Amino acid sequence: MSERIEDHMILTPPAGARVKFTFGGRELEALDGEMISTALFANGVKIFSRHHRDGSPQGIFCANGQCAQCSVLADGISVKSCVTPVRAGMKVEELRGVPGLPPAVCVQDAGRIEELETDALIIGGGPSGLAAAIELGKLNVPTIIVDDKHKLGGKLVLQTHKFFGSVEDCYAGTRGIDIADKLTDQLKEYPSVKVWLNSSCVAVFSDKKAGVVRDGTYCLVKPKAIVTAAGAREKSLPFPGNTLPGVYGAGAFQTLVNRDLVRPSKKLFIVGGGNVGLIAAYHAMQAGIKVVGLIEAQERCGGYKVHEDKIRRLGVPVYTRHTILRAEGKEELERVTIAQVDDRFRPLPGTEKTFEADTLLIAVGLNSINEFHQQALAFGMNAFVCGDAEEIAEASAAMFSGKITAHKVLKSLGVMAGPVPAFWYEKLETLKSRPGPTGAVKERDHDRKVYPVLHCRQEIPCNPCATSCPKKSIKIPVGNIMAAPKFEGECIGCFKCLVICPGLAITIVDRRKDEKVPTVAVPFEIGRGAVKKGDELELTDWEGCPLGKAGIVDIRDFKADSTLILQLAVDGAIADKVAGVRLYAEEKPGKHAVTKDSPDDTVICRCERVTLGEIRRALRSGMRDLNQLKAVTRAGMGACGSKTCNSLILSVCRAEGVKPEELTPMTQRPLLMETELGTFANIKCRTAMEEKAGWSGF
Amino acid sequence: MTEKKYDVIIIGAGSVGTPLALELAERGRKTLVLDELASAGQGQNKEAIGGVRATHSDGAKIKTCLRSLEIFATWHAKRGDDIGWLKGGYCFPVYTESDERLLKEMLKVQQGFGLNISWLGPEEIKKLAPGISPRDLRGGTFSPDDGSASPLLSGQAFYRAAVRAGAEFRFHERVTGLDISGGAVRGVMTDKWSYGATKVVNAAGAKAAEIAEMAGVKVPVRPDCHEAGITEPLKPFLKPMIVDIRPGDKSKNYYFYQNSEGQLVFCLTPNPPIWGDDCRSTSEFLPEVSRRMINLMPQLSGVKVRRTWRGLYPMTPDGFPIVDAGAGPEGFVLAVGMCGQGFMLGPGLAPTLARAMDGAPTEEDREILHGFRLDRQFAGMEKLK
Repeated sequence: MSERIEDHMILTPPAGARVKFTFGGRELEALDGEMISTALFANGVKIFSRHHRDGSPQGIFCANGQCAQCSVLADGISVKSCVTPVRAGMKVEELRGVPGLPPAVCVQDAGRIEELETDALIIGGGPSGLAAAIELGKLNVPTIIVDDKHKLGGKLVLQTHKFFGSVEDCYAGTRGIDIADKLTDQLKEYPSVKVWLNSSCVAVFSDKKAGVVRDGTYCLVKPKAIVTAAGAREKSLPFPGNTLPGVYGAGAFQTLVNRDLVRPSKKLFIVGGGNVGLIAAYHAMQAGIKVVGLIEAQERCGGYKVHEDKIRRLGVPVYTRHTILRAEGKEELERVTIAQVDDRFRPLPGTEKTFEADTLLIAVGLNSINEFHQQALAFGMNAFVCGDAEEIAEASAAMFSGKITAHKVLKSLGVMAGPVPAFWYEKLETLKSRPGPTGAVKERDHDRKVYPVLHCRQEIPCNPCATSCPKKSIKIPVGNIMAAPKFEGECIGCFKCLVICPGLAITIVDRRKDEKVPTVAVPFEIGRGAVKKGDELELTDWEGCPLGKAGIVDIRDFKADSTLILQLAVDGAIADKVAGVRLYAEEKPGKHAVTKDSPDDTVICRCERVTLGEIRRALRSGMRDLNQLKAVTRAGMGACGSKTCNSLILSVCRAEGVKPEELTPMTQRPLLMETELGTFANIKCRTAMEEKAGWSGF
Repeated sequence: MTEKKYDVIIIGAGSVGTPLALELAERGRKTLVLDELASAGQGQNKEAIGGVRATHSDGAKIKTCLRSLEIFATWHAKRGDDIGWLKGGYCFPVYTESDERLLKEMLKVQQGFGLNISWLGPEEIKKLAPGISPRDLRGGTFSPDDGSASPLLSGQAFYRAAVRAGAEFRFHERVTGLDISGGAVRGVMTDKWSYGATKVVNAAGAKAAEIAEMAGVKVPVRPDCHEAGITEPLKPFLKPMIVDIRPGDKSKNYYFYQNSEGQLVFCLTPNPPIWGDDCRSTSEFLPEVSRRMINLMPQLSGVKVRRTWRGLYPMTPDGFPIVDAGAGPEGFVLAVGMCGQGFMLGPGLAPTLARAMDGAPTEEDREILHGFRLDRQFAGMEKLK
């Protein structure tokens, strides 16, 4: 059984040697060098460990090396499976409880810890870090950019969709994955920038040095300026069942699907209607995964409407004003139950719906990873922050903020004298804008025979359609990329706007051959195998309402853009309304069994399995020092270092009516990530297996 | 509004002040504890690594810690809270002839005080510390009755018991002065309020000198700092606290043990000492301590460090505490300068201090107080810090 994605519209499945490894004694196949967690998912394994507190099954959670929930035993050593590559012959086992002392190792003499100086140290090679590095490189500033992955790009490498924003400032209309490549290539032109891959900054110290594990070797870097561009981590949500294997973040999901091309799910449910949740639904469909539904607690989804409409058209039900009540399953997720909420977001009894699902994505927002920055500031370093680490926004804004931050760094280093131009900040604010109001559907005000219909009516910072039109017939007022585009003038039916639109919100109606039954061209990215000429498809309007059926008369494959154009023969009366085709029938809720919820059992601190009940009792007894709460309950003392539970605890405090000013926050201490003792002594722990593999013979 | 009156006010809700509050409250004394931090044990108490031993080099400390050991060891049975107590003993492995001589000499003194401590050969040390480097291992001392407890859990347990016994705690209150008239203390002023009491105990840890100054008493206490760390949990494999007294490149001794959660807790004594109250982590600690630990037990190289921190040792010139109920104004009591051992000394000192304040110390109390008095020469030097 292989859960690998072999056929993807946008991504090419990784080629590589197949190797054998074992899991719990069972022989399985992996791609050489992929992460253990990826190999396990590809083989349908979702339970990696049993929690040391209560034996509960543990699946993947962050897929990013931040928590330790995906720990397994690899050749007898406890490792985080999401950041440990699999090797031929590796013996992988479920980690049950805490691990034993790692098996005996061959220890070489401890090496010296190298200390380096540099002008700028950038932590994080995502969109903001890369943009900053490029700006510093342009002025030949000695810079080190550190990233924990094997290639640059950060979360860009997961973004298969085309970007919003403006073409001139942030590659709008280009797919995230391609932007990552473009920025990486650009960086290569600047020799003053050193790129450290597979490298993590684990601490910033009071002697103004950063501790970096550079490809397994620890070193200390003393920078004149430190830039935190570490991005963000996903927020969690407290509800019963929230730690079941199969419940995890949308970012972890995108890592599995878009970076690793494995299919971790057959039936997916999503919590959160922001851009991350909406895009994850779309990515899931591109991976051949059925999306059962998406819920959003607010009246409307917070993400771009074009993203929402895109998934609604394809057949994903979006339940606004709904919350998750519980996730259930024996060992892994099997069912989710949702309910409608009232004005104060309390579930309304009688509105519960239960769906079968094997995976539940939590996409309820992001928290900045700014610990390095805060510590660096506290230690009096020349510290800067950009991208999501500074403020959560789109990657387009992150790139621009990286550029601005680089100029602040240049000024602080005395390389540049002038201040950052004021209009850059204005541009940044525009790119960071939340979506504005949505305009009404208007009747056509021209009688052209071929013309685009712009199903994009919400104010968002985006302009590729206007930029791409060779006839300059799509208008967005100069200086206001937030405004919805307007078609005025001539259309030659070249499809350029249609192919570039990140929202897939443009169709082209062509009445030149047949006024009564014109063709409507619809962009399509779900999969080449999903449609063929002659298929009768359900048409939908811009928001997914059905408009009857129509046949595909032709399909044009824009290979370079990984986009298909479906030409549908449509009744002339509705042709302007058609915005997409539905692929799936809506999943209906199954039988809802009434269970007695005990919200107090909900896990808040997943590393130490501390429950909502324990936190509530402590708060109700008058405890206001979160350090005391930690001492008493162990909440925040686990492997992830309170990265996940800290914000949940604060939300419990709010729910309990505790004011923020009453609270004493938890003390943040190094390390930011668990790191082996041997690393600090510059000794590599080698297993018997590695010894064997490394032995070249005589 | 009249100020509130207490029998005793303790300044500092830490390792010394909190157990003392419990002792006093249980004796029916109306007790107030003042601390500038947000809750009990938030100063240096929580920075302690948790070792509790009676195997010191002089009588006063040995006697005090024997009592502490009794309190820690029986806490769970008597009071019901789990404080993470483990009776794992202390083991000082020895690799050099001079260390062997030093420890064997001290052994005689320690055994003279009735301590359960003996010299073990290399084979027995290897059993106690699995995987310990055998090269040049000469043996070592082992004191099986010593142990460890969680400073976080015991700090909270002492606090809860003290509150139950009737002690009052006020947090987020900084002491700004002492009310002294006619050569006797009358009360304490804080940044929020003032309180009356005829007995005031200075248990302010690293800030002891500052508080003593308010009573016109000079105490030779100044903090230096030590860094510590904790690893991921592992299955139990190591029972005793391992203390390696050999010097390192930038350090004197270091020590580590496996706590009740299975985590290794380790601490290093920097050399030269780092004076001052800066508790921010430095880049020097981890490379130094990890090199030394792995050198001693190579298998530790694969164990993941979870967190590090830096705590203060309120040092005196001779390495012994200052516990004195007769220095300075009448009613002013010093329980300071614990030299990084407040966690293990605090509980044992509480009954002595309580009886001394009542004017009824036992013979043993008198011995302890004599050893820790302020007007000593500070000429000797603690051999087993």
